Amino acid sequence: MNRSPYISNAPSVSNIMFKVLLALIPGIVVYAWLFGGGILITLVIATATALLTEALMLRLRRRPVQPFLTDYSAIITAWLLALAIPPLAPWWLIVIGVAFAIIIAKQLYGGLGYNPFNPAMIGYAVLLISFPLLMTKWPAALSIAQTKLSFIEQFNFIFSHTLPAGVTMDAVTSATPLDYLKTQLKLNQSMDSIQAASLFGVVGGKGTEYITLAYLAGGLFLWQQKIITWHLPVAFLGTIAAIASLFWLVDSSQFSSPLIHLFSGASLLAAFFIITDPVSGPTTPKGKLYFAAGIGVITYLIRVYGGYPDGVAFAVIFMNICVPLIDTYTQPRVFGHKE
Amino acid sequence: MEVSSHTNQAGNETIMNAIIDISGLVKKSKAIFNLHGGVHPPGNKAQSTQLPIGELPLPEKLVLPLRQHIGNIPKITVSINQHVLKGQLLAEAEGTVSAAIHAPTSGTIIAIEDAVIPHPSGLPDQCITIKPDGKDTWIERKTQDWRKGNLNDLVASIRLSGIVGLGGATFPTQIKLRGNGKSEVHTLVINAAECEPYITCDDMLMRERSEQLVLGIQVAQRLIGAQNVVVGVEDNKPEAIAAIQTATANTNIEVKVIPTLYPSGDARRLVHLVLGQEVPHDKRSTQVGIQVFNVATVLALYRYFEFGEPSLSRIVSMTGNVNRPQNFEVLFGTPLMHLVKAVGDAKDDTSHYIMGGPMMGFDLPSEEVPITKAANCIIAASPTLFEPATPAMPCIRCARCADACPVSLQPQELYWFAKADNFEKAQDYKLFDCIECGACSYVCPSAIPLVQYYRYAKSEVIALDKAQEAADIARERNDFRLARLEREKQERAAKHAARAQGAKAAQAAKAAGSQEGQTVTDKQAAITAAIERAKAQKAADGAVPKNTTATSTATKAEIKTIDTRRAAATKDANKLTADTDKQAKIQAAIARAKAQKAAALKAKKG
Repeated sequence: MNRSPYISNAPSVSNIMFKVLLALIPGIVVYAWLFGGGILITLVIATATALLTEALMLRLRRRPVQPFLTDYSAIITAWLLALAIPPLAPWWLIVIGVAFAIIIAKQLYGGLGYNPFNPAMIGYAVLLISFPLLMTKWPAALSIAQTKLSFIEQFNFIFSHTLPAGVTMDAVTSATPLDYLKTQLKLNQSMDSIQAASLFGVVGGKGTEYITLAYLAGGLFLWQQKIITWHLPVAFLGTIAAIASLFWLVDSSQFSSPLIHLFSGASLLAAFFIITDPVSGPTTPKGKLYFAAGIGVITYLIRVYGGYPDGVAFAVIFMNICVPLIDTYTQPRVFGHKE
Repeated sequence: MEVSSHTNQAGNETIMNAIIDISGLVKKSKAIFNLHGGVHPPGNKAQSTQLPIGELPLPEKLVLPLRQHIGNIPKITVSINQHVLKGQLLAEAEGTVSAAIHAPTSGTIIAIEDAVIPHPSGLPDQCITIKPDGKDTWIERKTQDWRKGNLNDLVASIRLSGIVGLGGATFPTQIKLRGNGKSEVHTLVINAAECEPYITCDDMLMRERSEQLVLGIQVAQRLIGAQNVVVGVEDNKPEAIAAIQTATANTNIEVKVIPTLYPSGDARRLVHLVLGQEVPHDKRSTQVGIQVFNVATVLALYRYFEFGEPSLSRIVSMTGNVNRPQNFEVLFGTPLMHLVKAVGDAKDDTSHYIMGGPMMGFDLPSEEVPITKAANCIIAASPTLFEPATPAMPCIRCARCADACPVSLQPQELYWFAKADNFEKAQDYKLFDCIECGACSYVCPSAIPLVQYYRYAKSEVIALDKAQEAADIARERNDFRLARLEREKQERAAKHAARAQGAKAAQAAKAAGSQEGQTVTDKQAAITAAIERAKAQKAADGAVPKNTTATSTATKAEIKTIDTRRAAATKDANKLTADTDKQAKIQAAIARAKAQKAAALKAKKG
């Protein structure tokens, strides 16, 4: 019998996915520090939902439950979605989002390895379209919020949607930097006065820029661990930076600086954790460059001209559709064959 | 475009090298070219290089499979109970691609029968079994002057040597040396990479026999007329490199040390590594002027010419889960267990034996198998040494396999197509360029047995191609049959048409005939009338004697005419009946044909 090779040296799927979770932890820690412990509650709800729905679907599909639950891929989907939606959203919002992502976007397509779309982004898009108000109501970072909610108050808010007596909704929420930019530019405010607002920090949103920096650190860890290659993050961030610079250089009063684009919204989370989903992405090196650049272009266009403050989810889903095409037309030259 | 540029490059290199050779002053370029992908499995080579190449005592018996090479089975030239001498021909090469088998020692042939052979299929095959007499008596050896001898004679004589590629491919060596003189081969590459883990037979050969090896390289160089010789050796064999560098010091043989990277020892990969030239996928390396030989093969060539020794033994690494891993010079046909004994036996938890390395080797079907020309390494396997494969997970398209593939294939796509039996697509993605090196499986996080999928897909495509070929032949035959039937039908139809034409003519004739009949009746009536008239006249005449003498000459002539006419009319009437018969027959035949056609049509529809 010929069953060679007899040896292997590869991290298991679980191992890879676990490292991705590990790489998200710095971002989560900074997040919780800046916005309070509410995010941890959301993460727990998301994780539980993901594991339950995954197990349920695996049983319904008569697949082994244990090996697929311990591959951690469902938890990654859950965490990414939890980090993408507003942290004080009601508990059922994340439940619906994660359940949709796991049941419809992942398991109904065949489970791990077979989903054509990024499940977390499908979940996000469904929530954004179904519950636009909740999905755009971001709490202000504790440092700039008028009222700072304690962990218990955040817990209560998530589960019963009630604020402590005398606290209004406006006191705890705030526009996101990208949202604020968009609305203020529509009001013909100058870029300088917009960026002087308290919710802007050094390079991005006040506070949120630290989260994105923590994501960057996690992403570099993944690159160092050879879980991801440089192609996707570099092409994605490079494209956003290039387009943003171009527009900004042409008219800096109308277009925000490339730094704002790189360090606000979901740019860095997407660059290292979302667009790097191998299952729904392209496999060829050249294809990865096109894919990520496409997401960068669409993200920028949605941010600047679209109806939503950020555009990563729709950009990712659109480029997911293009993956078979991209892979087909970016096949590397095979040894001994002509180009 | 690329091919021509490569050829130019090669041509330029040739010229360059020629200039360098003439000047003798400039050292040749030492550039090593890059390989895409590749993996770094643990070498595990040190274990079997602690001891020198050992010799084995003569075994109880030698079992020589006839199928030890690529190509036709050789024809047996000995019979059972015959006594043979060491080096005596047992089976001669049959057909172009074949290799001879010789007696590795003197003894008696005790069996010519099917026995289990070291092959992945595990199927038994025809073997010649020799019981050694212990004397190891040589047959008369014929040496040849390889430095000055006639090239054609030298190459032709290799057919009798039984030498095959000892790197593992076991391709009969005479085929690779044929057509010299006319050959365009300018560069000889000596494969000393030995990139597979555990295997050290070439390493030990270079350490201990580098001088003979260099002579072997010169034999091959002379036979193929190559101007340049490059030895490619991985940098994990410092002793071997030192030995070979010393031995080649005063020659034009260049030693290129390449980085240790599996599978750099694959011939096409090695050519690219040391020459920077990609052999086009649809060409042999000789078509671009390059020939590749393994170190052990050229050494065997040297011994054949210099000492008249045919291919009787090889160096085998006996390693893995054994007590004293070591390399041995092993006679072909030596039972595996005889070799295992020599290394102080396998350890207790040994589960089975692997022939070849851990990346491309295969499980030996039994402990009873003999050592053959392909056996470069035997590894005793145990569950601790080679952990059983974990259950495969779905492919997550991480493309680590694509990064590892030395051929720049897309293993994840090939896997997908092979799994879906989409063989056409698999071939579009260059399935047959896969060298089955196993690098993709080695790095797969989902532990998918990728190579097995490719082997499956390849075998299916080959089977389908064969079936297609058979179907093509069948279709051709059927087309021919249909054409023949059609031709016959048309011929019949033409015949029918001709007959119908004939019948029409006959009918026309019949119509004409009935008119004639009418005339005949009229004539008859006239005749009767005439007779009646004559009778009446006779009666009227009364007295006239009853003889014809009285009838006038005119009347006589008239009567004669009438008689002639009557005869003719009778004849016509007869002919008419015959024609009608024929027509009926034709009608019947047409009706039969129609019925047959209808029946055939019905059968076809049914």
